[in-house]
Amino acid sequence: MRAVAALLLALGLVFPAAAQVLEDKPVEFPEKLEIGISTDEIAISSDFRGADLTIFGAIEGYDPSLLAQRKYDIVVALEGPKDNNTVRVKERVFGIWINRRSMTFELVPESYSLSSTRDVETIAEPPVLNGVGVGIQHIRLSPIGYVGDGSTITEFREAFRRLKESGGFYQRDPGGVQFISASLFKATVKLPASVPNGTHVVRAHLFRDGVFIAEKALPLRVMKTGIEQMISNAAYNNALAYGAFSVLLAVLTGWLASIVFRKD
Amino acid sequence: MNIFIILGMGAAVGFLSGMFGVGGGFLITPLLIFYNIPPIVAVATGANQVVASSISGALSHFRRGTLDVKLGTVLLFGGLAGATVGIWIFSLLRSVGQLDLVISLLYVVLLGTVGILMLLESIRALRRAANNQPVSLRRPGQHSWVHRLPLKMRFKKSKIYLSVIPVIGLGFGIGILTSIMGVGGGFIMVPAMIYLLRIPTNVVVGTSLFQIIFVTAYTTMMQATTNYSVDIVLAFILMVAGVIGAQYGVRVGQKLRGEQLRALLALLVLAVGARLAVDLVVTPADVYSVVSEGVYR
Repeated sequence: MRAVAALLLALGLVFPAAAQVLEDKPVEFPEKLEIGISTDEIAISSDFRGADLTIFGAIEGYDPSLLAQRKYDIVVALEGPKDNNTVRVKERVFGIWINRRSMTFELVPESYSLSSTRDVETIAEPPVLNGVGVGIQHIRLSPIGYVGDGSTITEFREAFRRLKESGGFYQRDPGGVQFISASLFKATVKLPASVPNGTHVVRAHLFRDGVFIAEKALPLRVMKTGIEQMISNAAYNNALAYGAFSVLLAVLTGWLASIVFRKD
Repeated sequence: MNIFIILGMGAAVGFLSGMFGVGGGFLITPLLIFYNIPPIVAVATGANQVVASSISGALSHFRRGTLDVKLGTVLLFGGLAGATVGIWIFSLLRSVGQLDLVISLLYVVLLGTVGILMLLESIRALRRAANNQPVSLRRPGQHSWVHRLPLKMRFKKSKIYLSVIPVIGLGFGIGILTSIMGVGGGFIMVPAMIYLLRIPTNVVVGTSLFQIIFVTAYTTMMQATTNYSVDIVLAFILMVAGVIGAQYGVRVGQKLRGEQLRALLALLVLAVGARLAVDLVVTPADVYSVVSEGVYR
């Protein structure tokens, strides 16, 4: 740990801009990040099995010598629509497995696809990543309500990340961002087959030698199409009509059956 | 989700329900849960499917004049109130994360009880048949505490003078079961009406079907508007397969000996209950689970 601190200090001395981050007032960096996607809306049909989304971007106002030393790192995240998520843990009570403890995290993305120039953990120190909220291990997971002495927060956070990753909702691709020219880059993020409907955000982050420099975000609407989504939309947006239609369908089916199979 | 498995499930349960004259909701919902359909969807969709399977039966009873609309309406008052309370309990259980557990527990208790009672009944019937004893359908008509209750009402079709309190109470209890378990509840209501309320057997099935239609329809509406958990496609496949399967079930049931079949159905019911019980006890693959609250949908 001391060695790392010493290293950081050394870097800070070499690049004064990095040291300034520690101060309160915002620091103006010369570098700017620009990104672009070919569309701000994606239509997905019901046979969608997942796809790659390519994002192009450029670093402006970069320092050529730093670029040559590969000191710039880019992390692009596709964040799904946000919602409160509850993690529950089962415990055995009288031989039966019952949900006993739970924790609700406020407004976390339903899906999260990460693409970076290299493994995010090696790009910057954990406090920096936590501050920016980038990386599966560093997404903001703030519990809602009473959490006791807070000793269980880590347990629930870890379970949340593990479940989201094993379910394919959270993904990472440590080599997904590639420079195609000096400052022009291409990022590939994965859209999982179960990509949630709604407004996603493409968020690109620029790091210079472990220091967070700039961020750029673009909205991306994911719209599922097809009959299944139409039915699902009706169930949520016109619940009363949907329920009435379900009942009507059942009444008609039963009534038709009694006519078709009538014995007398 | 494989459409052919759902069709097969609906047809098989329809066949059994036609053969034994049961609603089948108490088999459809657990089967859907075994097929990894979330219990919340299985219950709501099961209730929707029961609407269809009860209608043709109720219509034929209505034509034959074996349906007491007045008695059914009193039952229905209780049923709708029960379903309203049941939906409220359902949403409460869901918000505290205990819904799946309670559904499974209720099914284990219900299927276990019904299965054991059916098995004992059919064993007794088989013994009687072996000894050539006559079958006594009606117990001695003693008046129980039920018949001393106030607020009596005359039900002409049933030829009975009965307090509305136990009728509404029965409907209320069944309404709660309908909304939490997605069953019609006929398999409880019919014996309760015969043995507890002493309603003549000929109107019992038609009248219970009458109340089941409206309570399950109401439950479907409530589930659709509060929990958004009715899957209309799944329900429709089950309905169509179910009503067709039931027709063949009725024909087969008329040809075969009843007692052995009833014992087999009892064993099937017990097996489904046992499977649910095992799932409650076996250590889950992952003790953690995550659920999106759906607040910002």
